Amino acid sequence: MKFTSVFDIIGPVMIGPSSSHTAGAARIGRVARDLFGRTPKWAKIHLYGSFAETYKGHGTDVAIIGGLLDFDTFDERIKTSFEHAKKIGLSFEFIAETANKEHPNTARIVLGDDTGEMSIEGISIGGGKIEVSEVNGFKLRLTGGMPALLVVHDDRAGCIANVANCLAMHNINIGHMEVSRIERGLTALMVIEVDQNIDERVIQQITLIPNITKVSKINN
Amino acid sequence: MDVLFHNVRELVELAEKENKLISEIMIEQEMKISGRTKQEIYDQMDRNLNVMEQAVERGLKGVRSVSGLTGGDAVLLQNYIATGNSLSGDLLLDAVSKAVATNEVNAAMGTICATPTAGSAGVVPGTLFAVKNKLNPSREQMIGFLFTAGAFGFIVANNASISGAAGGCQAEVGSAAGMAAASIVEMAGGSPSQCAEAFAITLKNMLGLVCDPVAGLVEVPCVKRNAMGAANALVAADMALAGITSRIPCDEVIGAMFRIGQTMNPNLKETARGGLAATPTGKEIAAKIFGSAMN
Repeated sequence: MKFTSVFDIIGPVMIGPSSSHTAGAARIGRVARDLFGRTPKWAKIHLYGSFAETYKGHGTDVAIIGGLLDFDTFDERIKTSFEHAKKIGLSFEFIAETANKEHPNTARIVLGDDTGEMSIEGISIGGGKIEVSEVNGFKLRLTGGMPALLVVHDDRAGCIANVANCLAMHNINIGHMEVSRIERGLTALMVIEVDQNIDERVIQQITLIPNITKVSKINN
Repeated sequence: MDVLFHNVRELVELAEKENKLISEIMIEQEMKISGRTKQEIYDQMDRNLNVMEQAVERGLKGVRSVSGLTGGDAVLLQNYIATGNSLSGDLLLDAVSKAVATNEVNAAMGTICATPTAGSAGVVPGTLFAVKNKLNPSREQMIGFLFTAGAFGFIVANNASISGAAGGCQAEVGSAAGMAAASIVEMAGGSPSQCAEAFAITLKNMLGLVCDPVAGLVEVPCVKRNAMGAANALVAADMALAGITSRIPCDEVIGAMFRIGQTMNPNLKETARGGLAATPTGKEIAAKIFGSAMN
């Protein structure tokens, strides 16, 4: 089931005009920022399908930038997010792509700063709800509705068990989990959806586990 | 995932077996899935209701969108109702004007509550705040109205679509109108199965509706589609309360909507390439707003 809560249907409270093209877009931008872990210096935003055709009219562009600046769907500053971006030195570029994606409302955000970069692909599936379909080339299914952990790690035995143990110790229940890898024996990514928001201390502990490269969290 | 209902048939059967309102079943399911208390869930919906109320009030004072394409129609309708000469009835037009008010605020990048989407956000509150004046519901019943609408929307979203880009306007305003019709029936004292009949009758009459926003803006024809969605919902609710049933069961109507959406040409699914967006005037408006014609 893609929609699990009545508030996916009656909600979100948001700045108009479009739940998929404005609220959903803002959420994709915000997830990208969360995964990156800080406000980026630059961003290249590739838009596909209906996003590419109508992004100006729907405020998709200001919404994604608003999300990158950590604004929520109902934050009035979304309207003027370009000015806010300019003020803090975030440069950005929108690229309307003609290629067809599986879902008509897809955005691929490549973002970075002096110390690193990452790419994330998000889908706005309607009513403001989103899915994250790809992170740094890793295919995944991540609904934006639950808190989630993304753990980049070396593809070694025991990594998954160690992370799961750490969560268990803090009484955090795993609702959904996926593991994928680009190349066997090299890098892999764990996506873990949990029932409650994860404390910064837990993140710190997971970071200390051997063979773990990076831990990001998404709170919803 | 363990849900209480997957389709309308299960929802209605459960409500009738347990002698509960559809809104009560929806609240129970939300408690089960989220692990939150009834009070927390209730309070969140209460806040959503407040946002809807404020959007209607703001729209009735008169707003205008950035493009200048929409705004002010809600006020025109209220003035017309006040003359006492309306033909289709004051309650119906009041619902229409309040639906328009909400979507005018949405187009002006104001704060709204998506029901189920922003483009279709006017239908449910529009009908709710109009019917309110006739039925004098408690605050609890008004919140219940939103849970019942949410129950039907939940089924549509999981079994078909509520996205114009995926399923056309039938998936947005069509779903919203069906949701509103079901909620009106419940508030008016109809049975759960009558709620389902009202939903089916409404959606049947919005099947095939394309999403063809001029210049890609959620303005033309979105605002007036919300107006007609509200009217459709009220008439269908009255038909269901009169005892009229749909020959095609509600779940099958939802299935038909899904398949129609899948076979709909992409030009007619929120890409602003077909329908009204592709008319000479539609293209002219787009050119004026963006400086170049959108193909």
